[in-house]
This record gives sequence, structure tokens and C-alpha cells, in this order.
Amino acid sequence: MAEPLLAVKDLHTQFFTEEGVVNAVNGVSYDVMPGEILGLVGESGCGKTVSALSVLRLIPSPPGKITSGEIIFEGENILKMDEEEVRHIRGNKIGMIFQEPMTSLNPVLTIGRQLTETLELHLKLDKQAANQRAIELLEMVGIPEAKGRVHDYPHQFSGGMRQRVMIAMALSCNPKLLLADEPTTALDVTIQAQILELLTRLTRELGTAVIIITHNLGVVARYADRVNVMYAGRVIETATAPELYHNPRHPYTLGLLASVPRLDQIRKAKLDPIEGMPPDLIHMDDGCPFRPRCRFAVDRCKTENPPLLSVGNEHSAACWEWERVRKEPDTAVA
Amino acid sequence: MTIEDRTTAPAPTSGDILVSVKDVRMYFPVTSGIIFQRKVADVKAVDGVSFDIRKGETLGLVGESGCGKTTLGRVVLMLYKPTTGSVLFQGKDLVTMKGGDLRRMRRNMQMIFQDPYASLNPRMTVGAIIAEPLIIHGLAKGRKDRNEKVQELMQVVGLNPYYANRYPHEFSGGQRQRIGIARALAVQPDFIVCDEAVSALDVSIQAQIINLLQDLQERFGLTYLFIAHDLSVVRHISDRVCVMYLGKMMELADRVELYERPLHPYTKALLSAVPIPDPAVESKRERIILTGDVPSPLHPPSGCVFHTRCPIAIDECRQVIPEWRNIGGMGNDHWVACIRVGEDQK
Repeated sequence: MAEPLLAVKDLHTQFFTEEGVVNAVNGVSYDVMPGEILGLVGESGCGKTVSALSVLRLIPSPPGKITSGEIIFEGENILKMDEEEVRHIRGNKIGMIFQEPMTSLNPVLTIGRQLTETLELHLKLDKQAANQRAIELLEMVGIPEAKGRVHDYPHQFSGGMRQRVMIAMALSCNPKLLLADEPTTALDVTIQAQILELLTRLTRELGTAVIIITHNLGVVARYADRVNVMYAGRVIETATAPELYHNPRHPYTLGLLASVPRLDQIRKAKLDPIEGMPPDLIHMDDGCPFRPRCRFAVDRCKTENPPLLSVGNEHSAACWEWERVRKEPDTAVA
Repeated sequence: MTIEDRTTAPAPTSGDILVSVKDVRMYFPVTSGIIFQRKVADVKAVDGVSFDIRKGETLGLVGESGCGKTTLGRVVLMLYKPTTGSVLFQGKDLVTMKGGDLRRMRRNMQMIFQDPYASLNPRMTVGAIIAEPLIIHGLAKGRKDRNEKVQELMQVVGLNPYYANRYPHEFSGGQRQRIGIARALAVQPDFIVCDEAVSALDVSIQAQIINLLQDLQERFGLTYLFIAHDLSVVRHISDRVCVMYLGKMMELADRVELYERPLHPYTKALLSAVPIPDPAVESKRERIILTGDVPSPLHPPSGCVFHTRCPIAIDECRQVIPEWRNIGGMGNDHWVACIRVGEDQK
């Protein structure tokens, strides 16, 4: 098997707050293959953003700290690098797109300048070449009249256009890996479709691996090769996209899929929500964090937090009772 | 697209119209100058909209951001006084109503807001928040009665009454939304405008709140105007659905009709853009990807406002404002504003 481009191993990121230690990322492990599109799905507070920020060592410290684990990118541990080496990777080998295209662009710099900055820094282009490249990049992401618009400021662009600029910036140095954190959450559905098509088409063409972080299982269904579901700071299920959506083996994944109304299915009179609330990341015990909301929970779940168990071909789930989930999925939504 | 189980949706008793919106326009002036302000333009947030809401039904209102759906919701509750047009509530025109009459009328109409963090006063206890409308409208006799009512309301929305003395920051997003719902229910309204009431919540919590809203509707015979941008959620909760674009109505029909036989090209594009959590279904789906952005409501396009992004627009669309017409059959309304719909039958 090919070497993974990125391997996250048993990552722990904690935030030291007045109320206590928040275990935001609590032993996350996953691989990203070159050119692969990986979906990282979970609800707010499950640690999906923090785990991605940890990859680039962008955790604000204090209060945050990566307390243990390894992040191997192209064979080297990012956590062991000095600041200079990390800066060489950020924006250059690993690009990033954030959720809020409004706040992640500098309002006092022209769009052109924001693009040329990375080009001059990482690719050592001179001013003119960088400018030329910036225009090409804007054309690539479908910005009309790119030549004139490089002189515009972010506020003169709409939300969808700003996200296109973010994609252009992230791809400007031909990164090997792109971290897209909720890239379309702030956008309308028709714009969302445009941006996702663009993002996946470009990265497929360039052979860039992508991690799409989202709370919406629907968004990644069309594009992801593999999907990781996170809960309480851990990956609780990982599988290829068709396998995950059709044969979920973790009660949480099953619950997530059942709780959203679907346009292609017969309308149900009532939805099947996951009862209860997400866990408190400060006071965690040794048991499975999903246990209080789980219909499959048994005594063992109170004392032992299940590791990822192989439940099929390239399919793992962190549940002691996954056999029961397979045999009687309907009881989860009874 | 799919087969619909009609038995799960009791048909609203048609005929009983609770709210009637007639040719409402809401223009916000754009001014220039600091001392001598002059009006330079209008933002046409809502531009000539008419529809009825039937008693006991849920009318879904969908559209992209900036299409005027929130403004319309606020106009219906008279939180904005419309530039022209009328809003009839139980047959009485709210636009011409004033002072005490309007305030008394407001008791029957409530709103649930999008942001459960911003819509609750952080310095009031949950009990005080829910009790406030009871005090304003004089609905409780003394403190004991009021406290009992608050406890009952908290129970109704699934909150532990024991928490009445806590503050909003001690609750999660889903619980706060329950507080907002309890506050809206306190005055025993007939009509509630839910403005993106579940959009800010996580999916597993979203489903809890949607179920709660449906339960409450059955229990208290409520009528909802459910404003949202998520078409799957709107389909789930609504009896009829109306689609807005740039301040205008594009299409309005029964839920089954709209989702299975959408007629307007905008509705079709919206529906095809909704992601479905199933890779097998997604890989076979045809998508209509609209190009460009929603134009500015300051300078809306001529003719049909959608023609700049419409895949089937013709020259005529640039000039003619499409008529808002009902092309449905007997007892089956289907309103649409597009000159190209039904062309082939001509």
C-alpha cells in the first residue's frame, strides 16, 4: 500500500481554561492518501476543527496545547519541527480554506496583493510574475474580468466570490494537501453547489488531497472518497463513503443519518432525533462518551471506551456493540 | 421525485384563512449626505407579495439570503410597517391598526428567532424571560399563578422546571431554543413566525426541536410561518411551501406538488442543489448549477428578476414582469411567476 501523505496518530489537544481542562481532541488517528478527498464529519464541539488546526500547529497557545501524538506529513513529524520549518509548510505544502470568507481575508489589502504575498514568499516570484500568476489563479476559480478585479478589495466581492478567492489563495502554491474547514457553510445552497464543484474539480486536476470538514453529512456524500465521523474528540467511525452511508456501524453515525430529513425519501411524520446533548469535554470518564445518548449501550460501555474495531473492509467503528447495530439498526431509531 | 405518504399530513382545513398578505411592498430608503439627507434609492426588500396562510397549517417560506424572507416575516407581524399593501389577521387589517389595538392583536402572534444566543436577555433568569409576556399582557393573576404558568410552559417544551432560576448562558443552543419557544407560547398565540428557528442548531438537536414544534402545533392548534433556507427541513415541516427570490414570489404550492412537480426554474435549481446524504443517489443525480450570484436588491434586473441566472431565459424575460398566476387545478393551488411555464400547452 502507498505511503499516506498525512498520518495523524493518537493526537491529543487540550485547552486549559478556568473551568478545567477541555479535551477537545482526544486521541484522533487517521491517514490521508495522496490525492484523496477525505470528509471529516461531526457536530459542533466534536473537535473536527481543532484537529485540523493542530495539523498546521495553529492552536492558540495558551490556552491550547497539543499534549501528545504525532502528525506525520510526507514522512516528517510536524510536531517536532521548529517554527521556521512549519511556516514553510503552511500555505505552501498544506493550504487552508476557512469557513468565513468574510473574516479570513484582510480587508485593507487588495485581492491581488493577498494572492501575490504567498507567491512571493513561497515561490520566490518577482512582482510582475506574481501579479500575472494571481490573475491566472482568479481566472482558474471563475472570477470574471480577473484582470480588473485584482485591484478590488474584499468588501467589493460577494460571499461566494470571496470563497473563490480563498480557494485561489489556498491552491496558489500547488499544495499537496488542502484543509477546507466548513468551506460552504456560510453560503447559500446554489452558491454552495458552485463552490464544491469548483473545489473538487480543481483539486482532482491538480492531484491535491483534501480534507473537507463539515457538520453536514450531505455535503460530503457526493465528493468524499472516505469519511471519518467524529464525536467527543475522537474518530468513531471511518469507511469509504458508500460503505459509511449504507452500512453505518456506529450508533452515532446511524443516528445522524436518521435525524436529517431527506429530499429523496418519503417524508416521515416525525424525525428520529438523537436524544440528549453532546458530552461535556471537561468531565470525561473512562467509558464511551456517546453512552448516555445510545440505545445500544451495555454495561461494558460505562467502563471501557471502545477503540476503533475493524467491522469490514476498510471500515472501522468504535463501538462494542457494532454487531448488534448491523443486525438491528432499526432499534436505534425506534 | 418521490412518493409521498399523504396520510401522515392531515390536510389543513382550507377556507379558514388566518393571515392574508395582499400586494405587500417593503422598501427601505437609501440616503446620502450627513446633514441634508436625501433619498437616493430604495432597497426593494419585498416587492409586491400576496399569499394567504390557512388556519392550522405550516407555510414554509424558502429562499436564499437577501431574498426578503425575514423582512416579509417581520412585516406580517407588523414589526415593520409595509410601504404599501395590507396584512389581514383574522380579517382585520394590521397596517391601519394603531396603539393599543395593535398591541392586543400582537398577543395572538409570536416569533421564534434564529439565534438562540442573541435573542435571550443574558441578565434575566429563564423564569423571568418566560414570565415577561405574561406580565405585559396581564395574563397571570399574581406571582403564584405566574410561577405555575412558567413551570407548566417549561414542562411543555421539555425543560426541567427546576431550572427556572438559571440564566441563559447555562444552557446549550438547543435548550435555549426551547426557552425561546416557551416564551412565544406564553401568551397562547394562534400564529407563530419561526424565522430560521432551527438553522443554528446541530443536526441531532435540530430534529428534536422540529419534533417539538410539530407536537406543539398539534396540541395547541398553532399556525406557523416557517422561514428557512434548508429545503429538506421545510419539506418535512410544511403543508404548503412558497419560494422567494429577490423580494418576489416565484412559486407557491402544496408541499407534495412543489417538491414533486416544481415548475419554476429557480425552484428546480434550488431543489437540485440540496445535497443528499447518500453517495449512490448523489452520483446519479443531475444537478442544475446556477451561475453567478443573487443580484443586488438595490438594482434588481428588469423584467423577471431571475432572468440573469435562469437557464431557460429568453429575450421576453428581460422585458416582461411575469404575472403571479395560479395554474393549479380544482382545489389544488399552484402559483407560479414565470412566463415560460406551461408554454408547451399553448
